[in-house]
Amino acid sequence: MERAGAGKASLKAYAAGFFYSIALTEIAFWMVMHGERTLPRWVVVGGIFLAAVVQILIHLHYFLHLDRSSTVRWNVLALVFTVLIITIFIGGTLWIMSNLHYRMM
Amino acid sequence: MTTETATIGVVSHGEFEHPDPISNQVFGFWIYILSDLVLFSTIFAAFAVVGHHYAGGPTGKDLFNLPYTLGETLFLLFSSATYGLAMLAMEGNRRNLVLVWLLVTFLFGLGFITMEVSEFYHLIRAGDGPSRSAFLSAFFTLVGTHGAHVSTGLLWMAVMMVQVVTKDLTPAVQSRLIRLSIFWHFLDIIWVGVFTVVYLMGVI
Repeated sequence: MERAGAGKASLKAYAAGFFYSIALTEIAFWMVMHGERTLPRWVVVGGIFLAAVVQILIHLHYFLHLDRSSTVRWNVLALVFTVLIITIFIGGTLWIMSNLHYRMM
Repeated sequence: MTTETATIGVVSHGEFEHPDPISNQVFGFWIYILSDLVLFSTIFAAFAVVGHHYAGGPTGKDLFNLPYTLGETLFLLFSSATYGLAMLAMEGNRRNLVLVWLLVTFLFGLGFITMEVSEFYHLIRAGDGPSRSAFLSAFFTLVGTHGAHVSTGLLWMAVMMVQVVTKDLTPAVQSRLIRLSIFWHFLDIIWVGVFTVVYLMGVI
Protein backbone atom coordinates (compact mmCIF):
# COMPACT_ATOMS: atom_id res chain seq x y z
CA MET A 1 0.00 0.00 0.00
CA GLU A 2 1.34 3.42 -0.94
CA ARG A 3 1.15 5.88 1.90
CA ALA A 4 1.76 9.57 1.74
CA GLY A 5 4.99 10.49 3.45
CA ALA A 6 5.84 6.94 4.39
CA GLY A 7 5.47 4.80 1.29
CA LYS A 8 7.87 3.04 -1.03
CA ALA A 9 10.38 2.18 1.66
CA SER A 10 13.16 -0.15 0.62
CA LEU A 11 16.39 -1.33 2.18
CA LYS A 12 18.28 0.12 -0.78
CA ALA A 13 16.79 3.58 -0.23
CA TYR A 14 17.58 3.61 3.50
CA ALA A 15 21.14 2.38 2.88
CA ALA A 16 21.72 5.02 0.19
CA GLY A 17 20.29 7.79 2.37
CA PHE A 18 22.37 6.65 5.32
CA PHE A 19 25.68 6.55 3.41
CA TYR A 20 25.10 9.90 1.66
CA SER A 21 24.26 11.46 5.05
CA ILE A 22 27.37 10.02 6.71
CA ALA A 23 29.52 11.26 3.83
CA LEU A 24 28.03 14.78 3.90
CA THR A 25 28.35 14.98 7.71
CA GLU A 26 32.00 13.90 7.54
CA ILE A 27 32.73 16.39 4.75
CA ALA A 28 31.17 19.25 6.74
CA PHE A 29 33.05 18.43 9.97
CA TRP A 30 36.32 17.77 8.08
CA MET A 31 36.12 21.15 6.34
CA VAL A 32 35.84 22.95 9.71
CA MET A 33 38.28 20.78 11.71
CA HIS A 34 41.03 20.34 9.13
CA GLY A 35 40.24 22.35 6.00
CA GLU A 36 40.04 25.68 7.79
CA ARG A 37 43.80 26.15 7.80
CA THR A 38 44.20 25.73 4.05
CA LEU A 39 40.83 26.75 2.59
CA PRO A 40 39.56 30.35 2.44
CA ARG A 41 36.76 31.15 4.89
CA TRP A 42 34.04 31.65 2.23
CA VAL A 43 34.74 28.16 0.84
CA VAL A 44 34.35 26.57 4.28
CA VAL A 45 31.15 28.52 5.12
CA GLY A 46 29.67 27.91 1.66
CA GLY A 47 30.73 24.27 1.81
CA ILE A 48 29.10 23.45 5.16
CA PHE A 49 25.83 25.20 4.21
CA LEU A 50 25.77 23.41 0.85
CA ALA A 51 26.44 20.08 2.62
CA ALA A 52 23.58 20.83 5.08
CA VAL A 53 21.07 21.69 2.33
CA VAL A 54 22.00 18.61 0.31
CA GLN A 55 21.80 16.42 3.42
CA ILE A 56 18.32 17.77 4.27
CA LEU A 57 17.16 17.00 0.72
CA ILE A 58 18.68 13.50 1.04
CA HIS A 59 16.76 12.95 4.28
CA LEU A 60 13.50 14.17 2.73
CA HIS A 61 13.97 11.93 -0.29
CA TYR A 62 15.36 8.70 1.18
CA PHE A 63 13.95 8.71 4.74
CA LEU A 64 10.65 10.60 4.36
CA HIS A 65 10.10 9.42 0.75
CA LEU A 66 9.04 12.80 -0.60
CA ASP A 67 9.32 13.06 -4.36
CA ARG A 68 7.29 14.38 -7.30
CA SER A 69 4.82 11.48 -7.41
CA SER A 70 1.12 12.26 -7.01
CA THR A 71 0.71 10.23 -3.79
CA VAL A 72 2.70 12.75 -1.78
CA ARG A 73 1.82 15.88 -3.77
CA TRP A 74 -0.01 17.55 -0.87
CA ASN A 75 2.78 16.75 1.55
CA VAL A 76 5.32 18.37 -0.78
CA LEU A 77 3.06 21.36 -1.47
CA ALA A 78 2.58 21.96 2.28
CA LEU A 79 6.35 21.68 2.78
CA VAL A 80 7.05 24.20 0.01
CA PHE A 81 4.59 26.64 1.60
CA THR A 82 6.28 26.14 5.00
CA VAL A 83 9.70 26.80 3.47
CA LEU A 84 8.30 30.08 2.08
CA ILE A 85 7.05 31.05 5.57
CA ILE A 86 10.40 30.12 7.13
CA THR A 87 12.29 32.17 4.55
CA ILE A 88 10.13 35.20 5.40
CA PHE A 89 10.59 34.59 9.16
CA ILE A 90 14.36 34.15 9.18
CA GLY A 91 15.18 36.52 6.32
CA GLY A 92 12.81 39.17 7.67
CA THR A 93 14.14 38.87 11.22
CA LEU A 94 17.76 39.22 10.11
CA TRP A 95 16.88 42.15 7.84
CA ILE A 96 14.93 44.06 10.50
CA MET A 97 17.41 43.39 13.30
CA SER A 98 20.49 44.32 11.25
CA ASN A 99 18.72 47.49 10.11
CA LEU A 100 17.88 48.33 13.73
CA HIS A 101 21.46 47.62 14.78
CA TYR A 102 22.76 49.93 12.02
CA ARG A 103 20.44 52.77 13.04
CA MET A 104 21.32 52.50 16.73
CA MET A 105 25.09 52.57 16.25
CA MET B 1 -17.57 17.03 16.78
CA THR B 2 -18.03 13.29 16.23
CA THR B 3 -20.59 13.78 13.46
CA GLU B 4 -18.43 16.40 11.81
CA THR B 5 -15.41 14.09 11.74
CA ALA B 6 -17.56 11.29 10.40
CA THR B 7 -18.92 13.53 7.64
CA ILE B 8 -15.46 14.63 6.62
CA GLY B 9 -14.41 11.01 6.62
CA VAL B 10 -17.25 10.08 4.27
CA VAL B 11 -16.59 13.00 1.92
CA SER B 12 -12.88 12.28 1.72
CA HIS B 13 -13.65 8.70 0.76
CA GLY B 14 -15.88 9.85 -2.04
CA GLU B 15 -14.16 12.86 -3.55
CA PHE B 16 -10.48 12.84 -2.65
CA GLU B 17 -7.65 10.39 -3.17
CA HIS B 18 -7.37 9.26 0.45
CA PRO B 19 -8.66 5.72 0.42
CA ASP B 20 -7.34 4.63 3.81
CA PRO B 21 -7.53 6.42 7.18
CA ILE B 22 -3.80 5.91 7.82
CA SER B 23 -2.95 8.23 4.91
CA ASN B 24 -5.19 10.90 6.42
CA GLN B 25 -3.61 10.49 9.85
CA VAL B 26 -0.12 10.65 8.38
CA PHE B 27 -1.00 13.77 6.40
CA GLY B 28 -2.44 15.42 9.51
CA PHE B 29 0.70 14.58 11.43
CA TRP B 30 2.80 15.98 8.58
CA ILE B 31 0.96 19.32 8.96
CA TYR B 32 1.88 19.27 12.68
CA ILE B 33 5.53 18.54 11.76
CA LEU B 34 5.53 21.56 9.45
CA SER B 35 4.15 23.78 12.23
CA ASP B 36 6.94 22.46 14.47
CA LEU B 37 9.36 23.40 11.71
CA VAL B 38 8.03 26.96 11.86
CA LEU B 39 8.58 26.93 15.66
CA PHE B 40 12.20 25.85 15.15
CA SER B 41 12.70 28.48 12.44
CA THR B 42 11.81 31.25 14.92
CA ILE B 43 14.37 29.88 17.40
CA PHE B 44 16.97 29.63 14.62
CA ALA B 45 16.19 33.25 13.71
CA ALA B 46 16.69 34.31 17.35
CA PHE B 47 20.01 32.45 17.44
CA ALA B 48 21.09 34.06 14.16
CA VAL B 49 20.41 37.52 15.63
CA VAL B 50 22.11 37.14 19.04
CA GLY B 51 24.51 34.26 18.30
CA HIS B 52 27.52 36.58 18.35
CA HIS B 53 26.58 38.63 21.39
CA TYR B 54 28.94 37.06 23.92
CA ALA B 55 28.76 39.80 26.63
CA GLY B 56 32.48 39.27 27.25
CA GLY B 57 31.85 35.60 27.96
CA PRO B 58 33.00 32.49 26.15
CA THR B 59 32.48 32.10 22.40
CA GLY B 60 31.59 28.98 20.45
CA LYS B 61 35.29 28.48 19.78
CA ASP B 62 35.98 28.27 23.53
CA LEU B 63 33.08 25.95 24.35
CA PHE B 64 32.47 23.54 21.49
CA ASN B 65 34.30 20.28 21.02
CA LEU B 66 33.64 19.23 17.42
CA PRO B 67 34.58 15.51 17.71
CA TYR B 68 32.02 15.32 20.56
CA THR B 69 29.34 16.96 18.38
CA LEU B 70 30.26 14.61 15.53
CA GLY B 71 29.66 11.69 17.92
CA GLU B 72 26.21 13.05 18.82
CA THR B 73 25.43 13.52 15.12
CA LEU B 74 26.43 9.94 14.30
CA PHE B 75 24.23 8.60 17.14
CA LEU B 76 21.23 10.42 15.68
CA LEU B 77 22.05 9.38 12.10
CA PHE B 78 22.41 5.72 13.06
CA SER B 79 19.11 5.91 14.96
CA SER B 80 17.38 7.31 11.85
CA ALA B 81 18.73 4.41 9.77
CA THR B 82 17.72 1.76 12.33
CA TYR B 83 14.23 3.27 12.56
CA GLY B 84 14.03 2.78 8.79
CA LEU B 85 14.87 -0.89 9.34
CA ALA B 86 12.06 -1.08 11.91
CA MET B 87 9.65 0.30 9.27
CA LEU B 88 10.82 -2.32 6.76
CA ALA B 89 10.31 -5.06 9.37
CA MET B 90 6.83 -3.65 10.02
CA GLU B 91 5.94 -3.83 6.33
CA GLY B 92 7.10 -7.44 6.32
CA ASN B 93 4.87 -7.97 9.40
CA ARG B 94 7.83 -9.27 11.44
CA ARG B 95 6.90 -8.28 14.97
CA ASN B 96 10.04 -9.37 16.83
CA LEU B 97 12.30 -7.70 14.29
CA VAL B 98 10.32 -4.46 14.71
CA LEU B 99 10.93 -4.67 18.45
CA VAL B 100 14.66 -5.29 18.00
CA TRP B 101 15.12 -2.31 15.67
CA LEU B 102 12.96 -0.05 17.88
CA LEU B 103 15.13 -0.99 20.83
CA VAL B 104 18.35 -0.28 18.88
CA THR B 105 16.90 3.06 17.74
CA PHE B 106 15.91 3.86 21.31
CA LEU B 107 19.44 3.14 22.57
CA PHE B 108 21.06 5.32 19.88
CA GLY B 109 18.60 8.12 20.74
CA LEU B 110 19.35 7.66 24.43
CA GLY B 111 23.08 7.90 23.65
CA PHE B 112 22.45 11.21 21.88
CA ILE B 113 20.41 12.64 24.78
CA THR B 114 22.94 11.44 27.36
CA MET B 115 25.75 13.23 25.49
CA GLU B 116 23.67 16.39 25.20
CA VAL B 117 22.67 16.43 28.87
CA SER B 118 26.30 15.84 29.83
CA GLU B 119 27.36 18.78 27.62
CA PHE B 120 24.73 21.04 29.22
CA TYR B 121 25.74 19.88 32.70
CA HIS B 122 29.41 20.70 32.14
CA LEU B 123 28.59 24.09 30.62
CA ILE B 124 26.34 25.07 33.54
CA ARG B 125 28.84 23.72 36.12
CA ALA B 126 31.54 25.92 34.55
CA GLY B 127 29.28 28.98 34.93
CA ASP B 128 28.41 29.11 31.23
CA GLY B 129 24.67 28.54 31.67
CA PRO B 130 21.88 30.26 29.73
CA SER B 131 22.12 33.39 31.89
CA ARG B 132 25.78 34.03 30.96
CA SER B 133 25.19 35.80 27.61
CA ALA B 134 22.63 36.29 24.84
CA PHE B 135 24.61 33.76 22.80
CA LEU B 136 24.29 31.11 25.52
CA SER B 137 20.59 31.89 26.09
CA ALA B 138 19.93 31.31 22.40
CA PHE B 139 22.18 28.23 22.39
CA PHE B 140 20.36 26.57 25.31
CA THR B 141 16.95 27.47 23.86
CA LEU B 142 17.68 26.04 20.41
CA VAL B 143 19.63 22.92 21.39
CA GLY B 144 17.40 22.37 24.45
CA THR B 145 14.19 22.54 22.38
CA HIS B 146 15.63 19.95 20.01
CA GLY B 147 16.68 17.81 22.97
CA ALA B 148 13.19 18.07 24.50
CA HIS B 149 11.76 16.84 21.20
CA VAL B 150 14.18 13.90 21.09
CA SER B 151 13.28 13.03 24.71
CA THR B 152 9.57 13.10 23.82
CA GLY B 153 10.33 10.87 20.83
CA LEU B 154 12.11 8.41 23.14
CA LEU B 155 9.11 8.33 25.49
CA TRP B 156 6.82 7.75 22.50
CA MET B 157 9.13 4.98 21.26
CA ALA B 158 9.06 3.25 24.66
CA VAL B 159 5.25 3.37 24.62
CA MET B 160 5.22 1.95 21.07
CA MET B 161 7.47 -0.95 22.10
CA VAL B 162 4.96 -1.80 24.83
CA GLN B 163 2.06 -1.48 22.36
CA VAL B 164 3.76 -3.74 19.81
CA VAL B 165 4.13 -6.37 22.54
CA THR B 166 0.63 -6.03 24.01
CA LYS B 167 -1.46 -5.16 20.91
CA ASP B 168 0.65 -6.64 18.10
CA LEU B 169 1.01 -4.88 14.72
CA THR B 170 -2.62 -3.80 14.30
CA PRO B 171 -3.41 -1.04 11.75
CA ALA B 172 -3.67 1.49 14.60
CA VAL B 173 -0.25 0.53 15.97
CA GLN B 174 1.24 0.62 12.46
CA SER B 175 -0.21 4.09 11.91
CA ARG B 176 1.44 5.29 15.15
CA LEU B 177 4.76 3.72 14.16
CA ILE B 178 4.63 5.49 10.78
CA ARG B 179 3.96 8.84 12.46
CA LEU B 180 6.77 8.27 14.96
CA SER B 181 9.09 7.54 12.03
CA ILE B 182 8.21 10.92 10.48
CA PHE B 183 8.81 12.63 13.84
CA TRP B 184 12.15 10.86 14.29
CA HIS B 185 13.48 11.61 10.78
CA PHE B 186 12.28 15.21 11.19
CA LEU B 187 14.39 15.58 14.35
CA ASP B 188 17.44 14.38 12.44
CA ILE B 189 16.75 17.05 9.78
CA ILE B 190 16.54 19.74 12.48
CA TRP B 191 19.82 18.48 13.94
CA VAL B 192 21.54 18.97 10.55
CA GLY B 193 20.56 22.63 10.84
CA VAL B 194 21.69 22.79 14.48
CA PHE B 195 25.17 21.33 14.00
CA THR B 196 25.74 23.48 10.91
CA VAL B 197 24.47 26.81 12.27
CA VAL B 198 25.40 26.47 15.96
CA TYR B 199 28.44 24.20 16.22
CA LEU B 200 30.28 24.43 12.88
CA MET B 201 29.60 28.15 12.33
CA GLY B 202 30.37 28.78 16.00
CA VAL B 203 33.86 27.37 15.64
CA ILE B 204 34.83 28.96 12.32
